Amino acid sequence: MSRDASRNMPGNTRREPISDTQLLLSISIFVFIGMYALAIIIWGGGFSRPQQLFDMLNNNAYLIILSCGLTIVMIAGGIDISVGGVTALVVMACVVGLETQGQSVGASMLMAVGIGLAFGVVQGYLVSYLNIQPFIVTLAGMFFARGLTTIVSVEPRTVKNAAFLALKDARIEIPWLGYTAKNGSLIPGRIEGGVIVALILVALVYIMLKRTRLGRNLYAVGGNAQSALMLGVNVRRTRFMSYIICGLLAGIGGFVFLTHTAAGNATNAAGAEMNAIASSIIGGTLLSGGVGNVIGSLFGTLILSTIKSIVQASGLRDPWWQSITTGAMLCIFILLQSIVLSNRSKGRLSRKLTRGALGQ
Amino acid sequence: MKNDIRQSGRSRNDFTQLLIPIIAIVSLFVFNMLRDPSFFSIALTVNNEGNYVLAGNLISILNSASELAILAMGMTLVTSSSGGQDISVGATAAIAGSVFVSALRNGNITPPVVLLGFLACCAVSILVGAFNGVLVAVFKIQPMIATLILFTSGRSIAYWINGGATPTVSSPIIKAIGGFIPGVPVPTPVFIVIICCLAFFLLFKWTNLGFYTQVVGINQRAAHLNGINSTWIKILTFMILGICVAIAGCIRVSRLGLINHETILAEIEMDAILAVAIGGNALSGGKFKMSGSLIGAYAIQALTTTLYAMKVSSMEIKAYKAVVIILMVFIGSPVVKDTTNRLLRKLTTKKIPAIIERS
Repeated sequence: MSRDASRNMPGNTRREPISDTQLLLSISIFVFIGMYALAIIIWGGGFSRPQQLFDMLNNNAYLIILSCGLTIVMIAGGIDISVGGVTALVVMACVVGLETQGQSVGASMLMAVGIGLAFGVVQGYLVSYLNIQPFIVTLAGMFFARGLTTIVSVEPRTVKNAAFLALKDARIEIPWLGYTAKNGSLIPGRIEGGVIVALILVALVYIMLKRTRLGRNLYAVGGNAQSALMLGVNVRRTRFMSYIICGLLAGIGGFVFLTHTAAGNATNAAGAEMNAIASSIIGGTLLSGGVGNVIGSLFGTLILSTIKSIVQASGLRDPWWQSITTGAMLCIFILLQSIVLSNRSKGRLSRKLTRGALGQ
Repeated sequence: MKNDIRQSGRSRNDFTQLLIPIIAIVSLFVFNMLRDPSFFSIALTVNNEGNYVLAGNLISILNSASELAILAMGMTLVTSSSGGQDISVGATAAIAGSVFVSALRNGNITPPVVLLGFLACCAVSILVGAFNGVLVAVFKIQPMIATLILFTSGRSIAYWINGGATPTVSSPIIKAIGGFIPGVPVPTPVFIVIICCLAFFLLFKWTNLGFYTQVVGINQRAAHLNGINSTWIKILTFMILGICVAIAGCIRVSRLGLINHETILAEIEMDAILAVAIGGNALSGGKFKMSGSLIGAYAIQALTTTLYAMKVSSMEIKAYKAVVIILMVFIGSPVVKDTTNRLLRKLTTKKIPAIIERS
């Protein structure tokens, strides 16, 4: 909120300059489009097919959902590093439930949501009502979830439940976005169900953040908890809610992960929490709170996976290049954000933008 | 003036800060005493090289906590000055270890070569620390995000330095660093920790670094107005953490005799941050107490060793660890503290009339 308040900067008379949230969002969208266009120009082939984009979405649907949750928590000024662990726990619990307990698909869905909610409620309570540092609480949550995952089952398992496999193989086929394979047959564009879930959740979270009282309270609490309190916002409940939603989304994300892989492994979703945090940051959410956008997190995830695809396409076969390039891109991105924001706070860029708008 | 501020804090406040980690260790020991008194037995055995060495769970706690203790000390400084944590220490340790190993593999391993390798590895980690520090101090990026860059790519850089392999080193000198010096029954890493503690103690005694770090962490603007170069202090704390990382990386490499970029000191950053928090230091920066972090590190290792002694598998340990962590931070949380203080005050106010009557 405090940063968004900068839209009332002196010197703008006619046009309202965009807020930090929108500026960071537009940077990430431009970078994504730029990178993708560059990839199409240089490597063509695979990148020019829509299926490449669909594959990126298919592989990262769970990550999009997780980073939605993290975006909410980060907007409210907290952090949740347990989401990767919760994902792994949900996957393993559902696999064991489906395979050995003869659970139905619906029951395992409920269980996934329940596990996520339980983590969200406990962590949210500890952070918001007992004032314990969120990093430590969610770190303990991560340890607990990872440990519990191995207690549930150590050896990797696959799901053979027929109803579940039908759900897993369900694809939405879009013929006009397909491509012609080498043997001449048309392969339609395929989108997994998880992607639809992820996109619906992104839309819901977007509406929640922009249109509801809770959403506005989240920005207010993250921007400045003290002034939010003075304005009559229930700071504790708002923080509590942010963790509950994040936990819920982690549970759903876990189930989406399972529909993509149909296998449970103790090391599933390893490092997913950091990937989700990185996606949110690239999408323009600040860890300091008060600034962020869930659409940006979607693009953040896409940017991360575009980097991976480009590294693969460019023929750098050595296994280390992928992470090194990701780190370098992250570095450039973070620096860019920092420079843009610090310039804005000095008012330089804002004045330039206004001058440009006035034709001076 | 400086001493006044230093000493005014050294009252009841400091005692309660250390209380929780000490209670944690003591209760763990009491638990072990009840469970199995042989947990505390220390034996003098002969190891593979024919040296007389001490063995036992207590020695194992002291020995295995060495890397964590050293990292926790560095992390305390960074936390204090920047109000954030460095999550790249594990990855940086992998880079440092790789540099150490590749320096050693170039020729005969003699003491000067080991020293040179260590200095090279220190130089690299100080550079990495400076990189993180510049991002945090100059570009005003939150420490966790700034260090996320190396967290993502650090282990891959180590893999690249190793040339896609997990090289090994073996030499009596390396064994002496990671294990036992012939004729000394106490593991060498314990001595290294003691040297590090001493170095920090002297650093704080002879310089203003500890004081300035807290000032920067409490109020950066006030520090700036008082002529403290807060940017430089922050970068300096990250560089000191770099040295700690180099030492920890070298110890671990020497202990194992090989470098595996994926597993070396994996997730140690989480434990180090945990040690800082258990030691009663605020993760939002400001005042710090190094001894708290140190005791916190040993408490974590004592917990791990206890669980190993109870035959809990290494992956399942995390779940039990989480429960204990939550218990510890719950007891140390501001709300619980306030409630207990209020209760104590109620009890003491009730007692006052009784005392007056008696007198």
